[in-house]
Amino acid sequence: MKVTIFATCMVDMFQGNVGKAAVELLERLGCEIEFPESQVCCGQPAYNSGYVKESKEAMKRMIETFSDAEYVVSPSGSCAFMFNEYPHIFAGDPVWEIKAQTLAEKTYELTQFIVEVLKIEDVGASFEGNVTYHTSCHMTRLLGVKEPPMILLQNVKGLKFTELPGKEQCCGFGGTFAVKMAQISEQMVDEKVRHVEETGVDYLVGADAACLMNIGGRMERLGKPVKVLHIAEVLNSH
Amino acid sequence: MAIKIGTEQFTERVDNGIHDDFMRGAVASAQDGMSMKRKAATTEDLGNWEEWRNHGEEIRQHVLKYLDYYLEQLSENVAKLGGHVFFAQTKEEANEYIRSVVQKKKAKKIVKSKSMMTEEISLNPMLEEEGCEVVETDLGEYILQLDEHDPPSHIVAPALHKNREQVRLVFEKKLGYTKSSNPEELAYQARVTLRKKFLAADIGITGCNFAVAETGSFCLVTNEGNADLVTALPKTQITVMGMERLVPTFEEMEVLVSMLTRNAVGQKLTSYITVLTGPKEELDVDGPEEFHLVIVDNGRSNILGGEFQSVLQCIRCAACINVCPVYRHIGGHSYGSIYPGPIGAVLTPLLGGYDEYKELPYASTLCGACTEVCPVKIPLHNLLHKHREVIVEKEGKAPVSEKLLMKAFGLGAASPTLYKIGSKIVPAAMSPFISGDKISKGPGLLKAWTEIRDFPAPNKERLRDWFKNREKGEKS
Repeated sequence: MKVTIFATCMVDMFQGNVGKAAVELLERLGCEIEFPESQVCCGQPAYNSGYVKESKEAMKRMIETFSDAEYVVSPSGSCAFMFNEYPHIFAGDPVWEIKAQTLAEKTYELTQFIVEVLKIEDVGASFEGNVTYHTSCHMTRLLGVKEPPMILLQNVKGLKFTELPGKEQCCGFGGTFAVKMAQISEQMVDEKVRHVEETGVDYLVGADAACLMNIGGRMERLGKPVKVLHIAEVLNSH
Repeated sequence: MAIKIGTEQFTERVDNGIHDDFMRGAVASAQDGMSMKRKAATTEDLGNWEEWRNHGEEIRQHVLKYLDYYLEQLSENVAKLGGHVFFAQTKEEANEYIRSVVQKKKAKKIVKSKSMMTEEISLNPMLEEEGCEVVETDLGEYILQLDEHDPPSHIVAPALHKNREQVRLVFEKKLGYTKSSNPEELAYQARVTLRKKFLAADIGITGCNFAVAETGSFCLVTNEGNADLVTALPKTQITVMGMERLVPTFEEMEVLVSMLTRNAVGQKLTSYITVLTGPKEELDVDGPEEFHLVIVDNGRSNILGGEFQSVLQCIRCAACINVCPVYRHIGGHSYGSIYPGPIGAVLTPLLGGYDEYKELPYASTLCGACTEVCPVKIPLHNLLHKHREVIVEKEGKAPVSEKLLMKAFGLGAASPTLYKIGSKIVPAAMSPFISGDKISKGPGLLKAWTEIRDFPAPNKERLRDWFKNREKGEKS
């Protein structure tokens, strides 16, 4: 099966390990990976800040970039959701609405793709460690992907799972919110860090690089020993 | 006062909220408790909750679509019952009408049941100006009123930010209360004091949870029974309602009341659900001899028919407030409005203007928790986003530095060449700030980020380069 990776700009520039793990994992599951060079940012940072006009240019670029793809898979629930928003953003546009719709229909978040399209629930990974999982808001509430990451983690050999208290609460990232409303964001991420600590785990796992960068960055600053991993990295351990 | 509370700027209000440890503890435990109760009340023995939400949305959208028809039906029916109906386009008009009733009745003593609408139009200061003694009879509102008119911090639990010791002190100072901070004793004190007020009142003023167009009735939902006394004892009654707060028939009222109580307080029903239809009839033993219904617009017509119309679906249950992670940490007063939380951040700029409230739509991570729980399916986080779009593109109120940055983003992100060059030089550009594998003190936008968190150092090799080199390796 041919899969086109939508790496996200965060992963492309700052979280290379996440992208590598996603590529290797999908290859191991039998996919042939493509990485279109013309991919840029999905436009979410500008769009969510209210700069719709500016962000639309990036969106059009992305729609064109992935026009020939059979499946578009992203290691980020939030960015995959953004592709799902495109048809609403271009609603009424005679050229772009239909193209946006086509892209949205073939876009999947990584774990969603593995469980729903590849129909694989055990990726054959083994990972020794105590793990908790952060359910990102956009991925669970807006994209509606709740079960797939849990199913895949349950089947990882050696992995001991503890549920995160207050797991439904936002970590305080929110894109530019983290810098625009820095003081509020700090309170939110601190509560999240306290919850992670309460579990006593060694690893915090998530499916959105941005949330992990927020929680991980705060834990690092506070000197907390909990390590942060993207779910692709866990599923790629064997 | 109107919808505005306090005089501080947004950042100062947030700072006060964040440093109010008691308030934060109270809000967090209320949120945690409420979310469990709400979940139980919306899932147990109700069947498919999503279908209920669809039904709730349908009812509210139907009413908004035919609002003129139902308002006319309601007012005709109230008039047929012998009541007086007044349409107030502004809060001033509403106040003037109520003032005229007060003057005609030579009223001096007024009791009120809880009403956000009367907060919105600043009714109490006007009544006090007229020399009336105005007493709030909802326990939470009563405590706030005694405490030098402390503003509400929540639309259902207005005194959420106060603990019982604080309440005891207020009672001691204002009522000469000498007993403990035991809630039962405190409530007893309030009951004794308020009972006298009910008996002596010339006019009772209520809000309105829902008005029923078909019968000219209106419905009040309380747990204290105070609304029953406000409507049963005084000879004159004035009910003040927002123009969108109505339902076609009792059938829809039953659905929405049930959704309201389950979402607001996690109860299948509240202790009292009072439905009143017109003034007292000949054989009635109690109830008002004179009934006035004041229907207030105060900016709602401008919202109707526009891109924010769905905010008028709101039934004021506060479920969105009870799950909001931002409200959790900053509390109600930080919003600077009688309407806090997600619903407040959407509604307040519409009623109070962007000049005063331009920060509110940004006080959200767009996490969608509000939208997920709203029983009438208001897309709250989308409306917050819509406000941002209006602020940036129509109002032009965004900071210049941000505009430039976003312009650059537009150019950079839309052009693969610019993106490629830009992303390639990121490691070099950031190198002065990198130590080890992280950035602890960043420039520009990263400054606010790195004040409290580390930021990862950029990849030495971008993912795209890794992928390309790997492909090359495979081929050679």
